[in-house]
Amino acid sequence: MAVAETEITRKVVERASSGARTKDLLFRASLLLCLFVAVLFLGVLIVDVAIDGVPLITPDFLTNFPSRLFPEDSGIRPALIGTLYLMLLCAAFIVPIGVAAAVYLEEYADPNRWYNRLIEVNIQNLASVPSVVYGILGLAFIVRGPIDIWGLGEGSPTLLAGALTLGLLVLPVVIIVSREAIRAVPPSIREGSLALGATKWQTIWKMVLPGSVAGIATGVILALSRAIGETAPLILVGAIAFRLTDPTIDGQFSALPIAIFQAAGEPRPEFQILAAGAIVVLLAVLLLMNSVAIFLRNRYEQKW
Amino acid sequence: MESTRAETGASERPGVSASAGLPKALPAVDKRDPSATKQEAIFSLTGVQVAYGGIPAVEDVTFDLVKNEITAFIGPSGCGKSTLLRCLNRMNDLIPSASVSGKVLYHDQDLYAPDIDPVQVRKRIGMVFQKPNPFPKSIYENIAFGPRVLGMKGDMDEIVETALRKGALWDEVKDRLKTNAFGMSGGQQQRLCIARALATDPDVLLMDEPCSALDPISTGRIEDLMLELREEVSIVIVTHNMQQAARVSDMTAFFMVELDEGEKHRTGRMVEYDQTEQIFTNPSNSQTEEYVTGKVG
Repeated sequence: MAVAETEITRKVVERASSGARTKDLLFRASLLLCLFVAVLFLGVLIVDVAIDGVPLITPDFLTNFPSRLFPEDSGIRPALIGTLYLMLLCAAFIVPIGVAAAVYLEEYADPNRWYNRLIEVNIQNLASVPSVVYGILGLAFIVRGPIDIWGLGEGSPTLLAGALTLGLLVLPVVIIVSREAIRAVPPSIREGSLALGATKWQTIWKMVLPGSVAGIATGVILALSRAIGETAPLILVGAIAFRLTDPTIDGQFSALPIAIFQAAGEPRPEFQILAAGAIVVLLAVLLLMNSVAIFLRNRYEQKW
Repeated sequence: MESTRAETGASERPGVSASAGLPKALPAVDKRDPSATKQEAIFSLTGVQVAYGGIPAVEDVTFDLVKNEITAFIGPSGCGKSTLLRCLNRMNDLIPSASVSGKVLYHDQDLYAPDIDPVQVRKRIGMVFQKPNPFPKSIYENIAFGPRVLGMKGDMDEIVETALRKGALWDEVKDRLKTNAFGMSGGQQQRLCIARALATDPDVLLMDEPCSALDPISTGRIEDLMLELREEVSIVIVTHNMQQAARVSDMTAFFMVELDEGEKHRTGRMVEYDQTEQIFTNPSNSQTEEYVTGKVG
């Protein structure tokens, strides 16, 4: 007993107990398991959709109008064009407004004023409002609001209304991301510019915005890739799946998520499978947009 | 104090001899002549106090800064010397809680008068910061930015070259004007910032510890540069380095921080302002003597 004690005291570094090691291993294993579950379901989903959908992707599928009679002739042309239009219009709407709002909040707003704090809290909250609520908003205040008043859609839902609704939906995200990008420009750059006699406007326009453009562009693309998959608001503002003409800005429209939603609800299995094709196209567009975002971030991000 | 200045003014100081070899002739008027000095006061401060959120950071500052001289602000951390420097070109305006009271006259014009635009003030009074802050652009664009925003007329290439020559940087960078300024060394970046400030042809250059992030060789170059520049701009430099103040400045203001026991905040005060040689060899205030001889600080 006495010998054993002296041996222990002589040891400088004690060996880890086997219990502690087991715990460590278990912890790592459980983390790996969680990761596996997440990746597995995503993988199964993508593989399953790809098996069904990829064979459907033919030039005809992309360029044909939908058909209710012949599934092999049915295409997603109006939905694809509608989605591209929606994204372009949505970007044209959210970039100037989102960036301007972010510039105001970062560069001009006095954070000690109650109304600025109120706006800030509200923007944070708006970013997490369910999209269906934005759909109702779009229906009540855009479709039956200015679009109706100006007589653009002659009382019916239009692509413009859909784009504005999606824009409102992702605007808070654009504002938040743009603010972060603007905040990343170090104060010393602003000071350097102002100390040379530049006005605040010149400083923002020539120093702050160029310094944050990569972050803003990345944020805008990521916001658009959220908007591209939104279905609920488009249903509410009246997008339709079955269209036999190309969409126009002031006319009725379709979009990829709507086409997917409609096809998935078909009773006939040969039409149901068209949903898989549309999903593959949607995912491809999404992947492309995210790649552009990553490219922009890596290529133009300013290291300070 | 004025008479002391007049007597000791002619004495040799290292700074004068270093700049004597310049092509530009020294002004005929002896700048240390008291009457001339009075005429040439560039800044005249009376009872200036700068407060952050109502708590004074530096107060009760009254003195004149002399044109075409290098004035150094020395003192321990927190004594308000940087704060005071930043109120000379209204950079404190950028801090919402900062407030300036008292009178800051620049060429007899009140810098804090309601009709004065801080942007116009900064056009005349340039600034160099503690950490070099080049813009993430090319060397050329860094220099050209100031003249462009000010709408300066003339050949931009020429303006850039002149500024880089003034910043003692031209020979090092003339072959890579289009490369990004972030690729320069710290010392080069700081000289670029000086050249950038000079490109707009300012009247005064404020330097806030411009060498604190630099190695001794870069520091020496910037000090030489300051002595050369003194011929065309007045320089006010804040420094923690007492040797630096002794080496380059003509006049030195010593600041000390006072702990207000009752209200538990620290406020800076100007203790002594005199010719640099006087401050370092024969200060009239015991606090100054303790600081410059290294007993406190």
